[in-house]
Amino acid sequence: MIRFVLALAVSFGFAGTLHAAVEIQEVTSPGGIEAWLVEESSIPFVAIEIRFKGGTSLDPEGKRGVTNLMTGLIEEGAGDLDAREFARARDALAASYRFDVWDDALSVSARFLTENRDEAVSLLREALVNPRFDEDAVERVKAQVLSGIRSDANDPNSIASSTFDAMVYGDHPYGSVRDGTIESVSALTRDDVVAAHSALLTRDRIYVGASGDITAEELGLLLDELLGELPAKGAALPEGVEPNLNGGVTVIPFDTPQSVAFFGHEGIPRDHPDFFAAFVANEIFGGNGRQSRLSYEVRETRGLTYGVGSYLVNYDGADMLLGQFASANDRMAEAIEVVRQQWAEIVEKGVTEDELEEIKTFLTGAYPLRFDGNGTIARIIVGMQTVGLTPEYITTRNEQIMAVTLDDVARVAATLFQPENLQFVVVGQPDGLESTN
Amino acid sequence: MRPLIALFAPILMVLSAPAHAADVTTFELDNGLEIVVIEDHRAPAVMHMVWYRVGSADEPRGKSGIAHYLEHLMFKATDELESGELSDTVARNGGSDNAFTSLDYTGYFQRIAADRLELMMRMEASRMDGLQLVAEDIVTERDVVIEERNQRVENDPGALFAEQRRAALYLNHPYGVPIIGWKHEANALTLEDAVSFYKAHYGPNNAVLVVAGDVEPDEVLELAKTYYGVIPPNPAIKPRDRVSEPPHLAARRLTYVDPRVGQPYVMRSYIAPERNPGDQETAAALTLLGEVLGGSSTTSYLAENLQFEQQTAIYTSALYSGLSLDTSSFSLVIVPSQGVSLAEAEAAMDATLSKFMEEGVDSEELARIKMQIRASEIYAQDNIGQIARTYGAALTSGLTVEDVDAWPDVLEAVTEEDIMEAAAMVFDIKNSVTGWLASEGAEEMMQ
Repeated sequence: MIRFVLALAVSFGFAGTLHAAVEIQEVTSPGGIEAWLVEESSIPFVAIEIRFKGGTSLDPEGKRGVTNLMTGLIEEGAGDLDAREFARARDALAASYRFDVWDDALSVSARFLTENRDEAVSLLREALVNPRFDEDAVERVKAQVLSGIRSDANDPNSIASSTFDAMVYGDHPYGSVRDGTIESVSALTRDDVVAAHSALLTRDRIYVGASGDITAEELGLLLDELLGELPAKGAALPEGVEPNLNGGVTVIPFDTPQSVAFFGHEGIPRDHPDFFAAFVANEIFGGNGRQSRLSYEVRETRGLTYGVGSYLVNYDGADMLLGQFASANDRMAEAIEVVRQQWAEIVEKGVTEDELEEIKTFLTGAYPLRFDGNGTIARIIVGMQTVGLTPEYITTRNEQIMAVTLDDVARVAATLFQPENLQFVVVGQPDGLESTN
Repeated sequence: MRPLIALFAPILMVLSAPAHAADVTTFELDNGLEIVVIEDHRAPAVMHMVWYRVGSADEPRGKSGIAHYLEHLMFKATDELESGELSDTVARNGGSDNAFTSLDYTGYFQRIAADRLELMMRMEASRMDGLQLVAEDIVTERDVVIEERNQRVENDPGALFAEQRRAALYLNHPYGVPIIGWKHEANALTLEDAVSFYKAHYGPNNAVLVVAGDVEPDEVLELAKTYYGVIPPNPAIKPRDRVSEPPHLAARRLTYVDPRVGQPYVMRSYIAPERNPGDQETAAALTLLGEVLGGSSTTSYLAENLQFEQQTAIYTSALYSGLSLDTSSFSLVIVPSQGVSLAEAEAAMDATLSKFMEEGVDSEELARIKMQIRASEIYAQDNIGQIARTYGAALTSGLTVEDVDAWPDVLEAVTEEDIMEAAAMVFDIKNSVTGWLASEGAEEMMQ
């Protein structure tokens, strides 16, 4: 590939779509569960995306990794079915259920055919409402999680991100790895898993997006069947965290030919009046769309990396401006210097008229292309709900991008980019690079 | 779990069978350019792809990595475009672009609003025969490619292990050489290497244009005539005629030890036949063999026996793709449970394989897999980009549109006996490489 697409930059972009064929219906089930629906009947299946807010940040003290383990167990036996019986039933329907969890949410991504929708929903309901958490399944999945933890302990990217998180978020759940440690996961019991399930899978934190071959009325009934029996209320959501950033470089020695760098500092809240200007500024600076400044200077002009980017990340409890790249050990110091120069330059000089016009045409043109398929649309419209947007956002978003002026960007860039607070964590054996903190 | 799943991509993609579902039209221009148009009018977007029938397996000896390096250089100047102008123009029009290099093909694509298709064709056509490389472009880009190799391979013991296994699997065929190139050769590639590879392989008579999305086939044809139709065929292009494998007489074994390995595992690969035009039955049987043995992480034969019954493994899989111009491979993976040595894991895998050869295919499992294949034809319609890639990859891997269209039926027709026959044929230890990936200090685990 000519370009390395940074995973984070993809998952934390803007959500939504423009004037295309997407029409969102707001649905409330007879039982009171709310959802957004994009009805599209040309292909006989539906994609449903459900989010439970809280995620791995709900792990109780001393039980790090329990929410992640619980997530891995949802599909490992439910109701009358053990793990293998459940999988056979699912496969016989050709349904797919995917469970994922991160700091702020647990997600359920389901898709099933119109021809056997009722059976597919009943089966998924068992997994969500009546998971068995059999002892043998707990031990089996625990072994898989522990294997992942051991692999991550030797992976420079994982070492870099976990070191950065620990420095910046400290004792807050964001400051530790969501999978847990060998010790914490080994000590988890079935009771811990059951408790994690009832803390997170509750009706007071559900967001639903659906797209495909289903009517609003059918969706309402489906949601009551699927989610109506979950407990009403779960554990309190965690407080936010004040990131601890002093700026500087931390080198973690690791014997590998290419050093990996994570960097960043505080960002800007999603609902801040200057958010759009900040978003536009960062897209010019380190975004994926056009050739960003970082990419031009670090990759294109000097060949110091395969891919570099920066992105605004809005966690529920922290707002960050983050980035990453990798360079051979003998080139990392130079690459960091270039990134620092760019940080300083955008603070001093802002961006040019050309850059602003180009990024606007890119961002507004790319927007309607985002929703390409039922699964993607379901994810987009659930993401919009979790950050508090309304369906109208779809029609106003591009106007808000277009309204950003050169002065807005200059003003916001001067405070958004903070060279003095920019923290790098480098894992590898970078020549001539010393830890400053 | 996540790192494992990322390591061994789920094989269900292989089953994905869009053929019956898609609205597909094909053309061929006088200069030899093949055209596939796939209509999907749900969104006002288009995927525009040009695939060349050239991949890393077509490189001259000693020039490994040149196909991929040239792919990077294709974003530099042409006789009509400045260096970087193509991607900048795509972005300025709200689109995204990228490219990829494989063993058998190289592809370039843009995803953009459907009304910008003409602009995309104008630019893509320009680099089909008008690349104008200059010395200053190529050195920096070679550094980028080296950093790409560092990122994908040198920093990842699993990827280094895969390179060693493939090199041992193929005794003679260039599939044993990494796509990104051996580091020492990729480091030494020159402007002349890139130019001569371009002149030998690029041109309309070695390309497939795939356009998918909110388009009308006749309009695509007219635009293609205007921009691609005027490019003369490249007389240098010859049919691909690669060296073939001699008989494999000896099983090979290797152990790669790297202190960065967090989770050791065993992987065995056998050479295996690929899909051929009008002759896809064996590959279909092997595809289903892969599904039956290691498709589902819960209900497949290896998972049932090794993860659930014996609990010697935390993860198992079987990997096969018939989409390949020349001889493909069939692989088995076992990631041992804590306290199980690699030798024990391999022995358990072999014992399970022997048991499978005696017991045969569970007919209920096969029925579930076939249900999933039928459903995949429905789900596939939702992903127009994937349909475009399926046709592009097939047509540059020696297959025809008819083969792609027939594939779901060929899969459906596979019987339990076909699968066992394919298993008996492919599991010949002389045709295999067994690899152990281990961390330092784990030598005692290997006894």
